[in-house]
Amino acid sequence: MTAHMKMDEPDRRNRLDAMVQGIVGTPMDRPDGPKKVTGTATYAHDGQPAGVLYGVLVRATTARGTLDDLGATEVKALPGVRGVFHGKRFLRNPAQGTAGKAPVQGSADIYYFGQPVALVVAETFEQARHGAQTILLKISAGDAETDPDRVKPETPAKKQSEVGDLDAAMASAAFAVDRTYSTPGHNSAAMEPHAAIAQWTDGAVTVHASCQMLRFNVKELADSLGVAESKVHLLSPFIGGGFGSKLGISPETVAAALAARELGAPVAVALSRPQVFEATMRRSETEQRIRLAAGQDGRLTGIGHEVLVSNLPDEEFSEPVTQATPFLYRGENRVIGHNIARVNRTCAGSVRAPGEAVGVTMLEVAMDELATAAGIDPVELRRRNIPETVPTKDTPFSSHMLEAALDDGAKAFGWADRPKPHTATDGEWLLGCGMSSAARVNMIMQSAARVTLNPDGSAVIETDMTDIGTGSYAILTQIAAEMLGLSPDRVEARLGDSSFPKASGSGGSVGAASSGSSVFLACEAIRETLATTLGVSEADLTLKDGHAIAGNTRKALPEILAGEPITAEGEIEPGKTAKAVKQATYGAFFAEVGVNRVTGEVRVRRMHGSFAAGRILNKKTARSQCLGGMTFGIGMALTEELVHDLRDGHIVNHNLAEYHIPVNADVPQLTVNLLEERDPWASPIQAKGIGELGICGAGAAILNAIFDASGVRVRDLPATLDRILPGLPDV
Amino acid sequence: MQTTLTINGEDHRLDADSRTSLLDALRNHLGLTGTKKGCDHGQCGSCTVIVNGRRINSCLTLACMHDGDEITTIEGIGTPGHLSPLQAAFVRHDGFQCGYCTPGQICSATAMLEEVRAGWPSNITDDLTAGVSLTDAEISERMSGNLCRCAAYPNIVDAIRDVADAAMQEAAE
Repeated sequence: MTAHMKMDEPDRRNRLDAMVQGIVGTPMDRPDGPKKVTGTATYAHDGQPAGVLYGVLVRATTARGTLDDLGATEVKALPGVRGVFHGKRFLRNPAQGTAGKAPVQGSADIYYFGQPVALVVAETFEQARHGAQTILLKISAGDAETDPDRVKPETPAKKQSEVGDLDAAMASAAFAVDRTYSTPGHNSAAMEPHAAIAQWTDGAVTVHASCQMLRFNVKELADSLGVAESKVHLLSPFIGGGFGSKLGISPETVAAALAARELGAPVAVALSRPQVFEATMRRSETEQRIRLAAGQDGRLTGIGHEVLVSNLPDEEFSEPVTQATPFLYRGENRVIGHNIARVNRTCAGSVRAPGEAVGVTMLEVAMDELATAAGIDPVELRRRNIPETVPTKDTPFSSHMLEAALDDGAKAFGWADRPKPHTATDGEWLLGCGMSSAARVNMIMQSAARVTLNPDGSAVIETDMTDIGTGSYAILTQIAAEMLGLSPDRVEARLGDSSFPKASGSGGSVGAASSGSSVFLACEAIRETLATTLGVSEADLTLKDGHAIAGNTRKALPEILAGEPITAEGEIEPGKTAKAVKQATYGAFFAEVGVNRVTGEVRVRRMHGSFAAGRILNKKTARSQCLGGMTFGIGMALTEELVHDLRDGHIVNHNLAEYHIPVNADVPQLTVNLLEERDPWASPIQAKGIGELGICGAGAAILNAIFDASGVRVRDLPATLDRILPGLPDV
Repeated sequence: MQTTLTINGEDHRLDADSRTSLLDALRNHLGLTGTKKGCDHGQCGSCTVIVNGRRINSCLTLACMHDGDEITTIEGIGTPGHLSPLQAAFVRHDGFQCGYCTPGQICSATAMLEEVRAGWPSNITDDLTAGVSLTDAEISERMSGNLCRCAAYPNIVDAIRDVADAAMQEAAE
C-alpha cells in the first residue's frame, strides 16, 4: 500500500491538530538519547569487524601539479603495510550535495594543497599512519592560482539580474549605504571526522559511513567505484554532525571501498582533523558590495547585492550569497551580481545555510548602517521594509512571520529599554545591543518512508532518512505516535540504512518537513485501513493510547489487527506550491555584547532569537537547532576564519586549536522563542525547516551590538581584536 | 608491548605497538568505541576519559604509560538501562545533538564535579581560599575543554547544574 502526495495545493486540513495523542510538538526527549549518552550509538568508525585493516590518506603538498610517482616502494616493505592505493577512481574532492554522481576523480592531477592522492593500508592504525608519513610523493608542480582577488572571475549570465534603475535610486535617495563587506572561508568542523568502514561480499560492498543524504550517496559511491547501485549498501544510523560537510560522498569512503575490494578484507579509513579541513568542503570566502537606497521614512527604494566567491575549476556549486536578498525587503530598483573566481583551494561547498549564513548577515549589517544614517530604530526600519509580495513580482508569500518575530524578540529581549548607543559601561567594558532579521528559503524534497503497525499494536518506521543531530529519530517517532494513537515508546524509528525507502536526507533544512510528511502519509494510509475494518470513515476514527474509537465502540489495536500487521509506504514530492508562493522561514536576533576598551575583546553577554518555521514538531530539538545556529553566528562574527597561505593556498589553521569555533565559555545562556505557525503551502504537516534559520543573520546582531557599544563598525569578518582596537576611543 | 589496564573495574591485557595512544587502544584493540576521536590532537575533548580519578584526553597519552592504572570510560559510567544522574540529565536537557562529543562531555563533567567537591579553583574563581560556588560561568569555564559544534552548551550547563544542585541538596540533608 502506497500513499503518494505531490505538493500541488496547500494542505489546510491540519490533520495533525485533529489527533488526540498529544505528542507532536511536545518537548519529548530524544529516543536515541540513552544510546548517545552511554557511548553505545554506533558512528561510522565504531562497528569495527574482525580482521579490519586501517587506512590513512596521504595528501598532496602542492596547489597544482601532477603526481608522477608514489614513491611507495619502501613504504610497502614496512611491517604490517598491506598496500598503497591511488588511481583514477580516487576522488579529487567530495561530491556536492544532491549530485547523485561521482565528483571529479583521479589522483594524478592535483588541484589543491591537501588533495588526498594515496591511501596506505596496514594491519594497525599506527603502521598505516607511519607509512603515510614516510611516503615520498614525486610531484611535478604546475601553475596555480590561489588568490581569488587576482583572478578574472566568471560572471554567469543566469546568476545576474537587474530591475529598475538602482543607480538613479541611489542618487536620489534621502539615505543611502554603499559598502563592501567581506567574510572569510568557514569549515563545518563537525565533531566526528569523516570516516568509513567498507567490506565486500560477492561483488557487493557494505559501507558504514558518515553520510547525510543516503539516496544520493549510494549513487555517488556506485558511480565512483564503477559498480551498479544495487551493489552498494550504505549504513549511517548515527552521524557525528554534518552541517553540509557530509552531503556528498567523500574521498575516504571511496578509498576505503577501493582498498577493501583489492585486499579482500574490511578497511576502515577516518580523516584526520587537518584532513577534514583540507579535503572536505569549505564555505567560500565572500566579498559583498551592498547598496541600499531609502527615502526619508527609511523605506527602501533600491537594493544592490553583488558578490565574489570562489571554487575549484569544474565545480558547479558557488556560495549562493544573495539567496534571500530578492525577497527579504522592499525596493523597486534591484541589482543582483554573482562572480566566481576559480582558484586552487580546497573545494567550496555547503556549510550550514549556504547563502543566507553569510549573505543575510552582511545585509543585516548594512541595514544597521542605514538605520544609523536615517536615525530610525533598527527594528522599526525592518518593520517598514517588509514587502507585501515578492518585490517587483506579484508572487505572494505562503506566510510571513518577520514582523511577528521582530516584535516577539524585541519584547523578550527588552529592546525598548536598552541604553542609548555608546553610553553604557561596566568597568573597562563598553556595552551595547544589536539586532538583525533572520530569513531562510524553505522547500521540501522527495521523501519516502514505510510504517508497519504490528499485530501487538507497536509500530516501526523504516526510511533511509538520517539524523545528524537534528532530531529525526524524535520527530518521526512523534508523528507516527500521534497519527496512530500510540505512546512514543511503542514506536521504533529505524533510520540511516540505504535498503529502506528513500528519503530526502538531511540538508538544506528539508529533512523534518519532507521525511515527516512521508511518515504522516504512511500513517494516514494505515488509519484508512483501520477505519475500513471498523466500517467508519478515517475522519471519524480516533486513535489514542493503543485503542481505536469509532462511534460507540472502543477496541484495542491488537484486537482489530487480529494477528495481521498493516504496512504502508508514504511518499511526498514537491509540486506547484514550490513556485506558486514564496516560502521562507523568518526570525529575529537580539544580542548584548561587551567590548573591552583596553584589549578590544568582545564577549557576548546575552543573545535571544525568536523564530517561525511552521509547525514545530518537537520544542526541545527545534530549540536546540536554534541554539546551534546562533552559536555558529557567534563563531562567524567573532572568531571563525580559514586562513590560506597565498603561496600555495594551503589552510594554515587546519585544526581546532587554530580555527576557533565557540567553546562553552564563549556562549551565554541563549534564549529562544518558537512562534506558533502553520504553513499549509509547505507540507501536509504544515512544518518548515529550522536547522539553518538560527545562523541566517545571527552574526549581524553581534556586529551591530559592537557598533552600538563602541562606535566601531566591523565590515570584514571576523571581528577580531586587530579590527576593533584602532577604532576604540582612547583610554 | 604488554600492558595491563584496569578499565571500568576490569583488567585488560593489551599487547600493542608502543605508539598506540590510550584512545586507539580503547577503540581499536579493546572494542570500547564509546570514547570518540574528534581531533587526535588534544584540542576537542571528545576522547576524555578518567584515569586514576582525573579527566584526561586519551589521545594525548600512550597506552603503555598506563600499566596498572584505573581507567573509567563512558561504558563504565552507565548503560542505556541504568543511566548515571549526569547521563539522565543530559537526555532531559538535550545536552547534545549529534551525540559525538557526548561521551567526552559526560566523562569530563563527572570528573569536574569531583574537582569542585575537592575545592579546586578554576581560572575564573575570584577567591582561591573560599569554597567554589558552581555558577553557570564556573561550569562553562570548567567545561570549555570539551567542544560541541552542535553547540548544546546552554543545555550542557543546565544538565550539569541540575546534578550539582541535587548533590548539594543531598549533602545538606
